[in-house]
Amino acid sequence: MRSIRKRLALVKVLVIREAPLKQTPATVQSGISAGVLPNESRRVDPARGIVAQGAILTNSRWMTTLGTLALTAIAVSFICLHFGAQPIAYGEILRVFVDVVSRKDIDSGTSDVTTTILLHVRLPRMLLGFLVGCSLATVGVALQALLRNPLADPYVLGVSSGAALGAAVGVLLGAGTTFLAETALPAYGFAGGLLALVVVYRMAASYEQLPIHSLLLTGVILNAIFSALIMFITSILEPNRSYGMMAWLMGTLTAPTYRGLVGLAVYLSIGLFLLFSQMRVLNILALGEDSARTLGIDTEKAKRFIFVLTALVTGAVVSISGMIGFIGMIVPHAVRLVTGADHRLLLPASALVGGTFLMGADTIARTLMSPAEIPVGIITALAGGPFFVYLLLWRKDRLA
Amino acid sequence: MSELSDSRSKQEVVAGSVGVIEPHPAYDVHGVRFRYQSKGSDAIRWILEDVSFSVQAGEVLGVVGPNGSGKTSLLKVLARLLRPVQGRIDLFGQELASMVQQEVACAVGVVPQDTQQLFPFTVAETVLMGRFPHRPCGRWNSGFGWESREDVAIAEEAMMTLDIIHLAHRAVTDLSGGERQRTMIARALAQRTRVLLLDEPTAFLDLQHQVEICSVLVRLKEESRLTVVLVSHDLNLVSQYCDRILLLDQGQVVRLGRPEDVIEPEVLELVYRCRVLVDRHPGTGLPRVTLPGRSLSGGM
Repeated sequence: MRSIRKRLALVKVLVIREAPLKQTPATVQSGISAGVLPNESRRVDPARGIVAQGAILTNSRWMTTLGTLALTAIAVSFICLHFGAQPIAYGEILRVFVDVVSRKDIDSGTSDVTTTILLHVRLPRMLLGFLVGCSLATVGVALQALLRNPLADPYVLGVSSGAALGAAVGVLLGAGTTFLAETALPAYGFAGGLLALVVVYRMAASYEQLPIHSLLLTGVILNAIFSALIMFITSILEPNRSYGMMAWLMGTLTAPTYRGLVGLAVYLSIGLFLLFSQMRVLNILALGEDSARTLGIDTEKAKRFIFVLTALVTGAVVSISGMIGFIGMIVPHAVRLVTGADHRLLLPASALVGGTFLMGADTIARTLMSPAEIPVGIITALAGGPFFVYLLLWRKDRLA
Repeated sequence: MSELSDSRSKQEVVAGSVGVIEPHPAYDVHGVRFRYQSKGSDAIRWILEDVSFSVQAGEVLGVVGPNGSGKTSLLKVLARLLRPVQGRIDLFGQELASMVQQEVACAVGVVPQDTQQLFPFTVAETVLMGRFPHRPCGRWNSGFGWESREDVAIAEEAMMTLDIIHLAHRAVTDLSGGERQRTMIARALAQRTRVLLLDEPTAFLDLQHQVEICSVLVRLKEESRLTVVLVSHDLNLVSQYCDRILLLDQGQVVRLGRPEDVIEPEVLELVYRCRVLVDRHPGTGLPRVTLPGRSLSGGM
């Protein structure tokens, strides 16, 4: 994230320093393209131009929106750290952080119960929630643009259950108990998610634009097949392992070790970085296959690349946190209403909102019936399901 | 039919744009055959059958023909959206099949027939996307960066030309059909290409905007030798504004020539299988097509 912001800040500087419009030399850019020279009479008064109208995304809007969202995320994270079986005062939270920063010892802080709860239970779990929410929302945005369908979401399409099957197979084969667990399971999840996406992709490729019902049916069928296989695997595992698997499948965030968190972060940052590198391409792809090609994109290549990335990210996320649904659908939808459709803002904004949303949902899951915990997947499904029905029933105009 | 097929020779009587003589025609289409791939039956009919013609640089070529005659497929083949099964197409002397998509996008702008949009991009954002091919980007950095001021100026100019600058902040999903169509044309203009392919660009437009768009195309052709290939159902529009007309029927070129050579009652009757009235436009003297009216069609 930071690197993107830096680059964009750089771009801003460059744009500002650019001299005022000259007679455009770049009209004869690529040899074969010539085109019309701007005619003075057709020049737009800058005060009424598209930038002044706020009709296009500008750097300042980008900065303000993402800055606000980032600050909100930080504020929410403090609230999330505060709540729990036993609330921790905000002053206390700050004190612990100051201590950690000044003494730089995370592991030896066993002296203090509050510190332990904060640093080894709530903080890693919250960070995990943020990462997972972030990834699911990003994947949702990418899939919606690729399939040109606002209902696309890794959970609805069956990609999540494919990844879950992959991870379940991994557990069955013993990957879950080896010391490589943190790195091996996401790979299994990736394979499973990819399998599901290949089916979805084949479906999508055989139509000009995949009809919404076919897409949803594909998801339903994939989900049915994959959950049958997962149930089969669960039923042949020993009871204690199968119980753990059930809890995981429902979508649970458990406090990870920092080593596990780093492993996941590495997987995700590769996938997410590459997805973020496709923001402008997603804009063009969202126009439709033919338009994207007439604007110079090799759509087959671009789509395949982005599909693989979404499988990578979904696989990693699902293998750690199970099936947390609907974030990839609700969040981009809500964000799009505010930011507009330009993916250069939509994608990072959805990532931030998705992360914040899941942190919040997980806090509710932890505290609602504390000391017992509800799987956070239940919370997101209860929020997302009705939203899905609302879209399907009342906002047909927004669907393909 | 034999008397119709001598149109090849008329092709040389190209609409005379004054000025430089281009070494290559904009398009040189040679024996192109196309059909959709489909499993099973071998007896699928050809959508385009042995189509050959060339389009001179700075010419406005109208493509007409009945429904299902292959007009849109021809346009898609020219835009490299479909690959011909046989034959060869040269774009300014360069083989189209050997070019990469981005090169084509810098040379050929396309206005699609179906302009339905799904995501609420603003009009200005949509038009600005026409600048995309001119910012070649690698796989890793394509996500970043803003349009330059120059891109914005080009987009604004295109929007002025099509009279949509006041819609700039509106979402394309909320526009009327005509407004959306003008947005798509503006996007293609913002591409600043030498060739413009348009599929039914006036289908949703009222008279004022039909005239405006046609005048814009003619003006661009005269000012900057823009080459235009225009698919339309509107024989009158094509007759008034195009230098030459290509008449397609069942995937074959029936006639190619100046409006007065193509818009002839016998030819149209043969192709459209109905009687029409062809007279002269009082202003331009170009052929004008009228529906037969009750008394005439009753006689058929």
